[in-house]
Amino acid sequence: MSHGPAAGIGALASAPPHGVHGDTPYTAVFTGDRRVELDRILSRYPTKQAALLPALWMIQDARGWVSEAAIEEVAVVLALTPAYVKGVLSFYTMYHQHPVGRHFIQVCTTTPCNVCGAEDVVSAMLRHTGCSDLGLTSADGRFTVVEVECLGACGFATPIMINNEFVESVTPESVPRLLSELQ
Amino acid sequence: MGFPHRAHPRETPVLSRYFGDTGARTLDGWRQRGGYEALDMALDTDPQALQAIVKESGLRGRGGAGFPTGLKWSFMKPDGKTHYLCCNADESEPGTFKDREIMRWTPHGLVEGVALAAHAIYAETAYIYIRGEFTEPLARVSAAVEEAYAAGVLGANAMGSGKRVDVHVHRGAGAYICGEETALMNSLEGRRGNPRIKPPFPAVAGLFGMPTTINNVETLATVPYIIKNGAEWYKQFGRRDNPKSVGTKLFSVCGNISRPGNYEVALGFPFKDFLYDLCGGPLPDREIKAVIPGGSSVPILTREEAEGAMMDYEGFVAAGTMLGSGGVIVFDDRQDMVRQIARLARFYAHESCAQCSQCREGTAWTTRILERIRDGEGSVEDFDTLLSIADNMSGKTICVLSDSCATPVVSGLAKFRHEFEAKIVPTRGTVTVAGAVRAAAS
Repeated sequence: MSHGPAAGIGALASAPPHGVHGDTPYTAVFTGDRRVELDRILSRYPTKQAALLPALWMIQDARGWVSEAAIEEVAVVLALTPAYVKGVLSFYTMYHQHPVGRHFIQVCTTTPCNVCGAEDVVSAMLRHTGCSDLGLTSADGRFTVVEVECLGACGFATPIMINNEFVESVTPESVPRLLSELQ
Repeated sequence: MGFPHRAHPRETPVLSRYFGDTGARTLDGWRQRGGYEALDMALDTDPQALQAIVKESGLRGRGGAGFPTGLKWSFMKPDGKTHYLCCNADESEPGTFKDREIMRWTPHGLVEGVALAAHAIYAETAYIYIRGEFTEPLARVSAAVEEAYAAGVLGANAMGSGKRVDVHVHRGAGAYICGEETALMNSLEGRRGNPRIKPPFPAVAGLFGMPTTINNVETLATVPYIIKNGAEWYKQFGRRDNPKSVGTKLFSVCGNISRPGNYEVALGFPFKDFLYDLCGGPLPDREIKAVIPGGSSVPILTREEAEGAMMDYEGFVAAGTMLGSGGVIVFDDRQDMVRQIARLARFYAHESCAQCSQCREGTAWTTRILERIRDGEGSVEDFDTLLSIADNMSGKTICVLSDSCATPVVSGLAKFRHEFEAKIVPTRGTVTVAGAVRAAAS
């Protein structure tokens, strides 16, 4: 079957709205400067497929998450099938397959941080963001809090990530101030 | 140096000398500190001569396996095929955070090592695969690569040598298993990060099916110093009575310890002095109970075992564990070992790529049984079930993630069995082994 862009967008016309980030109607990501950037990335590899992770990052940076329509666009530009793209996408934890809060907060709770009290940081995060549980976005759409496995900054327990920003040595006491600095 | 602390006089800072020195981050700054002299020299040297120097130096892979670097490079022959160099910057072994500091503070040191190694293995293209969460290291290394291209250090005529050296930075997207070398290659090719069956080994058919060498960040960052100062200089670091482990090594220290951070010592350093003198020992009024010395995948040591160990490949093996990646995790007497071993198992269950049954099922069963014991709902039969599952998870899968999950369970049960037994509530009905497996699988 064809995976052309028209087929993807047509299929979406009858799809339900995709939430706060709005993905209907879908507008292509790889146009203008981003198309130039993708071509630059493609020149680094002997296969188009190797640009899949970078292309998915570009989608997520532009739209905040990777929608079904975005998967179809990536499939078209890299000459892959949408099913293949989704198979790869779903392997990696950092790609969002649904919209998340404006501030996506990941708290490391693996053993080295765990012995330094990381679970108390998680509790404080949930309490102060108003998120009812891990993975659920707060009612105002500002926050999503998740636990993450080892962030690789174990000597600076507890490290967290807020979107692409890394914050070291977070304690339950420092959580309110940290959150107040976010819009 | 003990970043973020001041260097301890007993450290041997080579790689970590410029940690905390923001001036070292730029190309000019790196050149002022002697950077790129080794690359300049190496690009005019025959690759086989470079391989011989590194082989002679005794440098072993710093990512965990400790394979001799020069020997690995010598598998790469001038066969006319396209060769690739991969730099493994997927640092994700719990307890390990040394490569992060190398990339944050001395990105040009890594770029230099990568370019040098690429030339030494007859490759024109190198990829630095950085884990997705390392946003700052990614930005620093990317900036260094751009600067190096702009200055002609990289590109079609690297440093005026007439040789092409391209270095590209590739961002991962969250998967511990991508630190396994063949999973990393799959990920770089735009696939799921499933490890590949070996053979063929990467030197025969690696990235894009071509001969490939893959080295850890710390290994590659070390190489320019060896080329510049010579193999004999590097071999001086280490125990006189153990020529198999030479050079300096970064150890990341975390958990319940007074001064967590990175420390660089000559291999063969006494672990007791390291823990108490360099790292300041336990927190006030606490005692060290257990130590995992080489990242979460190596056997746990009791305090007594740790205090008797020497910090090199053979020294840690003699103590019943491994040097691994050099990630030291310290547990003090407040810690519940059952709880922490269960947490480690959960990590591996989360990170299993799920292509081998022993790992996919074994990591999940192990986690459920350990969490049941942790919550006071286990039985003594669970111990044998855990050991039986661990046996079936060891040496039977495509990669060692499965073994890594079994390791803390087996060593934990052997060394802290009293803590496991204390969790068993005697009034509870006896659960049969078959029942435990059924319950775990449900």
